[in-house]
Amino acid sequence: MSEKYLPLMATIAVFVILFIAGGLLYPNFFSTLVLGNILGDNAFIIIAAIGTTFVIISGGIDLSIGSMIGFVGVVMANLDSAGWHPLASAALMIVFGAGYGTLVGFIIDFCEIQPFIITLAGLFLLRGMCFMINLDAVPIKNPFVLEFSDMGIPLFGGGWLSSSAIVMLVALVVAVIIAHWTEFGSAVYAIGGDAQSAKLMGVPMRKTTLKIYALSGTYSALGGVVYALYTSSGYPLAGSGLELVAIASVVLGGTLLTGGVGFVAGTVFGGMILGLIATLINFNGSLNGAWIMISGGLLLFIFIVMHRFLVGSLKFRAGS
Amino acid sequence: MSAIIELSGISKQFPGVRALDNVEFSVEPGETHALMGENGAGKSTLIKVMTGALQPDGGTIRLAGKEIRPESPGAARAAGIGAVYQEVNLIPTMSVTKNLTLGRLPRKFGLIDWSAARAIAKAKLARLGVDIDVERPVGSYSVAIQQLIAIARALEDDARVLVLDEPTASLDANETERLFEIIRDLKARGLGIVFISHFIDQVYRISDRITVLRNGRRVAVGTVEEIPSLKLVSLMIGRELEHVEHQRPSTETVTSSKPILTAKSVGRRRLLEPFELDLRPGEVVGLAGLLGSGRTETAKLVFGAIRHDSGEIAIDGHPSSSHSPKSSLMAGITFCPEDRKSEGIVPELSVRENIILALQSKRGWLHLLSRKEQERLTAEMIAALNIATPDAEKPVGQLSGGNQQKVLLARSLVSNPRVLILDEPTRGIDVGAHAEIVTLIRQLAAKGMALLVASSELDELLTVSHRIEVMRDRRMVGEISGAEATREKIIQTIAAAS
Ligand SMILES: Nc1ncnc2c1ncn2[C@@H]1O[C@H](COP(=O)(O)OP(=O)(O)OP(=O)(O)O)[C@@H](O)[C@H]1O
Ligand SMILES: [Mg+2]
Repeated sequence: MSEKYLPLMATIAVFVILFIAGGLLYPNFFSTLVLGNILGDNAFIIIAAIGTTFVIISGGIDLSIGSMIGFVGVVMANLDSAGWHPLASAALMIVFGAGYGTLVGFIIDFCEIQPFIITLAGLFLLRGMCFMINLDAVPIKNPFVLEFSDMGIPLFGGGWLSSSAIVMLVALVVAVIIAHWTEFGSAVYAIGGDAQSAKLMGVPMRKTTLKIYALSGTYSALGGVVYALYTSSGYPLAGSGLELVAIASVVLGGTLLTGGVGFVAGTVFGGMILGLIATLINFNGSLNGAWIMISGGLLLFIFIVMHRFLVGSLKFRAGS
Repeated sequence: MSAIIELSGISKQFPGVRALDNVEFSVEPGETHALMGENGAGKSTLIKVMTGALQPDGGTIRLAGKEIRPESPGAARAAGIGAVYQEVNLIPTMSVTKNLTLGRLPRKFGLIDWSAARAIAKAKLARLGVDIDVERPVGSYSVAIQQLIAIARALEDDARVLVLDEPTASLDANETERLFEIIRDLKARGLGIVFISHFIDQVYRISDRITVLRNGRRVAVGTVEEIPSLKLVSLMIGRELEHVEHQRPSTETVTSSKPILTAKSVGRRRLLEPFELDLRPGEVVGLAGLLGSGRTETAKLVFGAIRHDSGEIAIDGHPSSSHSPKSSLMAGITFCPEDRKSEGIVPELSVRENIILALQSKRGWLHLLSRKEQERLTAEMIAALNIATPDAEKPVGQLSGGNQQKVLLARSLVSNPRVLILDEPTRGIDVGAHAEIVTLIRQLAAKGMALLVASSELDELLTVSHRIEVMRDRRMVGEISGAEATREKIIQTIAAAS
C-alpha cells in the first residue's frame, strides 16, 4: 500500500481504537446501535465537512458553513409554514447553496480576495439574514419530517442506519467519485499543491475555483437540510461555530490545511471521531460536556503533530 | 526549409520594462535553436508568449504556416507546442501519473480510467527512456527525474515544438548527457527544439542555430558556425567581456589565521557522515561533488538549518551549544540557498524588502532601519550586483530568474557577514554576471570574509577556492588545495572507489 494513505489509515485506526476502548469501558457500547447513532447524529456536520474538504485541499477555507446550516433551517421552516413540502424547499435551498458558493468562488478568483475574508463575510451575512427572517425557533410540522426520521435500514445486531446517515453515505460516495475519478477532482489537488504550477500546466483556474466553492455551498446547504429535518425546526442560531467543527473534522481526517493533500473519506472518520468522543463522554455520565471540547481539542493537537511527523518522513522532497 | 513555428514582431510591455520589442524568432523542424541573452533579456518572456502563458501586446505567431493565438499553456500544448518553464512546473504532492496526464485524463463511462492513465504515463516516460514507479508523488524523485517528467508532460504525441527553459541548470554531467540524447532523438523525429541555457559550452554542443536577445531586442541570429562563442558573449552583453585573469588563490596567506568556525566531526545520522571543516577569514572553501553527494546538506548543516546529531561546531573557539540559523546569523554567518523558489525569495515583496529582510530580522523588529537607510543599502546592492530592475520597489517575483538569484545574494551580503555560505551562487546567472560574482567572491575573501561555496561547476570552484572539499555519497572524501587542485584531480577524487 502506498504511503500516501498513511494519514488516512492513522485516522481510521484512532477511530477503531476509541470505539474498542469504549466497548471495554461500557457494556453496551460496542454495538451497531451506537455506531448507527454516531453516524446519524453527526451526519449533517459530516456532510458539510465533506464539501469543505475540497476547499481545504485546494488551499482555501470556508467559514460560512455554520451560518449556511442555520439559514437553510430557518428558510425551510418558514416555507413549511407557507405550505411547501420539505423536499421542495430542500431542493430550493440546495440550489441556493450552489449559487451562493459559485458567487463566492467568483469573487475569490475575479477580485483576488482571500477566501478567509470573503467566507467570513458570508458567515456574518447569512447569520444576519437568519435573524431578519426569525428571532425564534420555528417548527417544521409537515408529516414528511416524521416519515423521514422513521426511515432507515436496520443493521445486524439491533442497530439502525437512519435516513440522515444514508444521505451522508450517498454524499460521501458522490464526493469520492468527484475527488478521484474526475478531471475536476485532480485539478483541485493540483491547485492546492502549487497554484502557480497548476496554471502553467493548463488547469482552468477560474472554472475550478468556481466549482470548488459551488460544491462546498451545495454540501453545506445539504447539511443544513439534513439538520432541519433531523431537528424538525429552523432556529436562527443553529449551526453557530459548526464551521470550525467541520474544519476540525477535515484536519482530523488527514487533510493538510496547506492544501494539496487529503482524502474525503478521511473527513468522514474525522467527524465520526469527534462524534465518538461526545458519545463516550455521554456514556460516562459523570463528566460534563466541557470534556467533549477539551478532548476534541487535545486530539486535534496530537493529530497535527503526528501529521507533521508523518509527512516529514514521507520525504516529499528529495535532498540536493 | 520552412519554419515549423515563426514569431514575428512580438512585443510585450510590463510596467516599467519593455520586455520584448518587435522580436523575430523561428524554429525549423529537426533543429535545436538556442535562445541566448543576459539575465532579464526577455528569453523566458518570449517563450511564455510562444506557449500562451503570456499574451503579447503585438505580433503574430505562426505554427506550420497557420496563425495561432494560444490562450493558455494547455491550448498551446494541444496545438503541439510543449514547454518546460524555467522553474520545473509540476505538482510535487501529486503522483507522477496525475502530473503527466492532468488536463487530458482518459475517461471511461465519464469517469477517469486510472489504469489507462497509468499506461499513458508509463508510455510517455518510456519514450524518454525513463522507467519509474508512476504512483509515487513527483516530489519524492530527484530534480533530474522531475526535469524528465516535466519534459514527458510537455510532449504530446503530436508535439511539433518543445521549449526547454534552462533545463540543465540543476542537472549533473551525466544527467545533462542523457537529456541531450533525448533532445537529439526528438530532433531526429522532426521536432523543433528551443533551448535556453547559460552554459555556453552546452549550447554549442546541442544547437544548430542561435538567436541572441539583448534588452528585449533581437540582436543576432545565425548558425553556430556564424556565431562563435566570443562573438556570442559580446553580442549578449553588448561589449567585449573583459578577460579576468583567473589566477588561482594561494593558500599560504590564510592558513595561519585563527578559524572563525570549526566543525569537529559533525554529522547527522543517515544524512551526512561526520566531517571536519575550518572556515578562516580571507579563505574560500569550495564544496565539490555530484548532485546528491551532500553538498547542500553540508552547507545547511554548517549554517544550522539542518541540526547535527554528532560532533561539535565552535564559533571563535567557543562551542555553539544550540547551533541554529538564528545563532548563526547572530554570529555573523549567513547562508544563500540554492533553491530560490522554495526557500529564499518572497516573490510578492519588493526588491528592497527582500534585500533588507535578513538584516532587519537580525536587528530585531524594534530597531527598524529607517526608510532612507534601507533605500541607500538597496541602491548600493543593486549597483554592486548589477541587478536589472526598473526600481527598488518592483516585486521580486517579476524579475527574471537570474536577477532573483542576485537579489538573494544581495540579502546575504547586505548584513556584512563574517562568514558567507553560498549554495550554487551562479545557478541561472548569465556569463557577464557570472564573472562579476566570481570577482565579488574573491574580493570578499580579500577583505577578510570566510566563504564556503558549494557548486556543481568545477571551473568556478577552481577559480575561487583556496581549498576544495570533495564529497561523495554524503561523505567528505578528500581535500584538495594548492597546485594539486585541477579539474582532473577533483574528478578522480569523486570517482575513486571508496
Ligand atoms: N510578470 C512580470 N511582471 C513585470 N515584469 C516582468 C514580469 N516577468 C518578467 N518581467 C521583466 O521582463 C524582463 C525580461 O524577463 P525574462 O524573465 O524574460 O528574462 P530572461 O531573459 O528569462 O532572464 P534570466 O536569464 O534571468 O531567466 C525583466 O526585466 C523582468 O523584470
Ligand atoms: Mg528566464
